[in-house]
Amino acid sequence: MNINLTLIAQLASFAVFVWFTMKFIWPPLVKAMDERKAKIADGLAAAERGQHEQELARERAAQYLHEAKQQAAEITAKAEKQAALIVEDAKSKAQEEGARQLAAAQAEIEQEVNKAREELRSKVAELAVAGAEKILRREIDAEAHKDIVESVAGQI
Amino acid sequence: MAANEITSAEYIKHHLTNLTFGNHPVHGWSFAHTAEEAKEMGFWAIHVDTMFWSLGLAALFAYYFYKAAQKASAGVPGPLQNFVEMIVDFVNDNVRGSFSGENPLVAPLAMTIFVWIFLMNLMDLVPVDLIPYVAGDHGVGIAHFMKVVPSTDPNVTFAMALGVFFLIIYYSIKIKGVSGFIGELTGMPFQTSNLLLKPFTVVINLILEGVNLLAKPVSLSLRLFGNMYAGEMIFILISLMYSAGWAMGIFGGGLQFVWAVFHVLVITLQAFIFMVLTIVYLDMAHAEHH
Repeated sequence: MNINLTLIAQLASFAVFVWFTMKFIWPPLVKAMDERKAKIADGLAAAERGQHEQELARERAAQYLHEAKQQAAEITAKAEKQAALIVEDAKSKAQEEGARQLAAAQAEIEQEVNKAREELRSKVAELAVAGAEKILRREIDAEAHKDIVESVAGQI
Repeated sequence: MAANEITSAEYIKHHLTNLTFGNHPVHGWSFAHTAEEAKEMGFWAIHVDTMFWSLGLAALFAYYFYKAAQKASAGVPGPLQNFVEMIVDFVNDNVRGSFSGENPLVAPLAMTIFVWIFLMNLMDLVPVDLIPYVAGDHGVGIAHFMKVVPSTDPNVTFAMALGVFFLIIYYSIKIKGVSGFIGELTGMPFQTSNLLLKPFTVVINLILEGVNLLAKPVSLSLRLFGNMYAGEMIFILISLMYSAGWAMGIFGGGLQFVWAVFHVLVITLQAFIFMVLTIVYLDMAHAEHH
């Protein structure tokens, strides 16, 4: 309970401890805390930015997807149209070809027929001449009636 | 302590006497063996127990905080650093809230005051007889007296309050100049332009403001000392009950627990009040009155 030298000693030690705290304890702690605060703030800002970017990317992706779908639909439509066109084309070509071949066949047939007819004609003429020869051998000279026979054969 | 050996008054007195080393008029430089001897030593004596416990606790504080400060980084804090930073943050918040000036001394000063006073007060929760018994005549016998709560020694509280008081004066003069400080002491609260009345107002102002100024360290130290001394006294009175039969002993044990729980609040609050008032007083010393 007595006030004595302890007062002075305590005053001195108080001063020393305050000095020690001010010099060695307080500044590094406050510095570290401030740095951490800045770091956390940076981190939060970065996270926010990242989230924003993700949002943007998602929007972009959706847009791309939409465009791709549209393009695909366009391409399909075009392909279908082309396919229809090709089919149509092929059909008309086939018809044309068919018609052409038919015509060729008919022409050939006609030619064959003509040929056959020619042959037949010549054969008939010959036959007729032969027949007539046989007939006329008995009756007439083949030379004398040749023009008559030929005119008959030409009428076939 | 058996009741038949010493009386209750002696027991209490024993607990309230510091281990004093000083120059006794009869015995020379020696430890005081009675409270009267300690008193007779006058000013040139030192309370060895007070010095030991207060410096020990301060060293403990300095060691752990220094360790945390050395390792402090902006990375993930460990448990010790977390704890220390919590205190630093708490003190910093209080300084920012109450102190408007720019002074790198105030926050470390406030933290030293808060932690040191808290640790010194915390010694109050150690059972009153434990350390004196171990260190005293019944234990290792190195100390006849042993007061383990430094803040129940007015030397400690007055030393801190005086330290704060010197800082108040120093910064008042540094910020406002000698004339500004004197003007603050004499020019308020009564003001007059009448030259005849001026000496009267100056004297009255000086008395009022002087009392105001001196009341700061006195109230700071006496508030802490009074609270801790009274708390310690109640612990001593409770421990007296242990020598009055087993029923009183059990009752005393309950009381000691309740009082200790309540005292947890008191020791924290007293440390906090001392810190906040220091900040406020220094803020007033920095503030210019208009």
